[in-house]
Amino acid sequence: MSLLSDLVNLNLSDATEKIIAEYIWIGGSGMDIRSKARTLPGPVTDPSKLPMWNYDGSSTGQAAGDDSEVILYPQAIFKDPFRRGNNILVMCDAYTPAGDPIPTNKRYNAAKIFSHPTVAAEVPWYGIEQEYTLMQKDVNWPIGWPVGGYPGPQGPYYCGVGADKAIGRDIVDAHYKACIYAGIGISGINGEVMPGQWEFQVGPVEGISAGDQVWVARYLLERITEISGVNVSFDPKPVPGDWNGAGAHCNYSTKSMRNDGGLQVIKKAIEKLQVKHKEHIAAYGEGNERRLTGKHETADINTFSWGVANRGASVRVGRDTEKEGKGYFEDRRPASNMDPYVVTSMIAETTILG
Amino acid sequence: MAQILAASPSCQMTVPKHSVITSSKLWSSVVLKQKKQSTKPRHFKISALQSDNSTINRVETLLNLDTKPYTDRIIAEYIWIGGSGIDLRSKSRTLEKPVEDPSELPKWNYDGSSTGQAPGEDSEVILYPQAIFRDPFRGGNNILVICDTYTPAGEPIPTNKRAKAAEIFSNKKVIDELPWFGIEQEYTLLQPNVNWPLGWPVGAYPGPQGPYYCGVGAEKSWGRDISDAHYKACLYAGINISGTNGEVMPGQWEFQVGPSVGIEAGDHVWCARYLLERITEQAGVVLTLDPKPIDGDWNGAGCHTNYSTKSMREEGGFEVIKKAILNLSLRHKDHISAYGEGNERRLTGKHETASIDQFSWGVANRGCSIRVGRDTEKKGKGYLEDRRPASNMDPYIVTGLLAETTLLWEPSLEAEALAAQKLSLNV
Repeated sequence: MSLLSDLVNLNLSDATEKIIAEYIWIGGSGMDIRSKARTLPGPVTDPSKLPMWNYDGSSTGQAAGDDSEVILYPQAIFKDPFRRGNNILVMCDAYTPAGDPIPTNKRYNAAKIFSHPTVAAEVPWYGIEQEYTLMQKDVNWPIGWPVGGYPGPQGPYYCGVGADKAIGRDIVDAHYKACIYAGIGISGINGEVMPGQWEFQVGPVEGISAGDQVWVARYLLERITEISGVNVSFDPKPVPGDWNGAGAHCNYSTKSMRNDGGLQVIKKAIEKLQVKHKEHIAAYGEGNERRLTGKHETADINTFSWGVANRGASVRVGRDTEKEGKGYFEDRRPASNMDPYVVTSMIAETTILG
Repeated sequence: MAQILAASPSCQMTVPKHSVITSSKLWSSVVLKQKKQSTKPRHFKISALQSDNSTINRVETLLNLDTKPYTDRIIAEYIWIGGSGIDLRSKSRTLEKPVEDPSELPKWNYDGSSTGQAPGEDSEVILYPQAIFRDPFRGGNNILVICDTYTPAGEPIPTNKRAKAAEIFSNKKVIDELPWFGIEQEYTLLQPNVNWPLGWPVGAYPGPQGPYYCGVGAEKSWGRDISDAHYKACLYAGINISGTNGEVMPGQWEFQVGPSVGIEAGDHVWCARYLLERITEQAGVVLTLDPKPIDGDWNGAGCHTNYSTKSMREEGGFEVIKKAILNLSLRHKDHISAYGEGNERRLTGKHETASIDQFSWGVANRGCSIRVGRDTEKKGKGYLEDRRPASNMDPYIVTGLLAETTLLWEPSLEAEALAAQKLSLNV
């Protein structure tokens, strides 16, 4: 068994210049992450120097069998924490051979919005709080929960410590270091209100990069839970009843919001979001209606509301921001299974171009 | 209460097969090798380091990854006390580069409505960093940060006991007297899910107390790996841990922190408690700070607080100690009510405690409220040991109160004279 371990951890830099690049893309459901690896002749740090590639779209619900090639365009490079050395992870998006983005490619549209001169001038920053639930393999029940029963009610678990309060910390901590190593702007982690549920935050990251980094962070989480024999669920309400759901709150600011007088810009932006509430909600994740009930620190899905330090509102403005008259705001509506390309670009479009 | 007292130590070895991590023999192998074969879901966190179908462990590599060669960034784990006054909470954030002093750390905030410390419509509670320790789990330049909690307006929230203690310890009179504290934290380890002490047969009792205090051997010492791992973790972190020992009740242990000056005592004890919760979390064992975990002829768990001031440590100090004891005797009720919930189940007058209603003191007497060591009596200077605090006491409260009662508070002359007579203290 140690032979296998030695091989996986072999440091190739002694033997060759070649590196391994793991190309990552999003599959046909919009939520399934796929990847495969290829050898490159030498180290690469610039995505534009990476070759395009292709994959069998008919196996991921993204192409027909008789015309199955989908093309991968490399967009962002991260260091590979599993293979280490000069090996890399490559976040890609998917195109037809003719060069058009395939329907499930949400990055393309987001990139267009972020390269619009008005949006680019506002330097939009995002901080995304990704919540997720760890589930026991085979039974689809959260880890640490007795199968066929429930743990004690919520209260002791948020940021809790101790064997009866925190379950799964090894996975979360391993993920934290893996993300730091990879070059993802992970800014923190915490145990969540429901036992077996955790959160990591990525940010502040600018523009299109926010989506790239969140997707690669999700990929690393899936790889680590794969190793640990545990399932990760991004379902927004994994257990019905008096148990918190899982969201992906999106913190957002523009240059104007961060400068003096920013609070007015923030209030205007929130008004624009209010007008487009239904369009945003429709794009904020499947199954969100099971989560946004108005209870468990959420706002009801049909009503738009905002408040300072109010965790029961659609949009929350922090006390710091209110006091300093500038800062950022938090859109609490997105579900944990939202697509960060869609959410980040939509917020920018509505508040800057709307 | 009927007890099934085991006639001989051998009784402890026959544990039901379904109970988990009971026999000390199995337990140490679980912690050291982390190779529990069970597929029960509850063990996933140990089996998280070993997967079912692949044969090598990559999560462990990631957990131990030294990020220093790749980035200056560090991880800071902010730690605070939750709404019950005894529940510890923590979450981490990334900082751009290593930090030496708490004043360099940013304030932070958390969701107080999830810890019983704020309502949902106004949920932000602010964290003020107060003390830094090295993180023994993440290594490198990563840190643990002990914080206390404030409203956005800057007022300490009601459960913040550090603020008042810090005030007492910045009083000039107190600073000049350089108060030292040595805190003896006792705790009990429990098997998960059954709320029964580690090593005890489920549904039954081990042999009576006697062999276990500082004991060694598989039938006398249960949980040493946790105590030892905690010792090194504390030393690494920079906590002023001065010793450990196995306690009188089997499955019960003690560690001591000190001597620490002033407010540091509280910070170091809370951080040591946090490390203990993290280690027991990893080991799959439940930590309890309950002052009387098992009713009947079994010791409770206390947090004896050793205390001295500059005057007590110098020539003629014994007189100063006696005066301090006199002050403490007149405020017995105030202290007792702040010395931990449930202490009345522990302070019975038996099992090396003094009865909760009566204040007493003596040299080398473990059945008293306050004990003065023979050394101190012989040299005429030294320290006193307040044996009243329970294991679940808040060290900020206890250390602050001791300093306040002995240095900042004065009884009336008649009360003083009466008490001196009662306690036969010629002061």
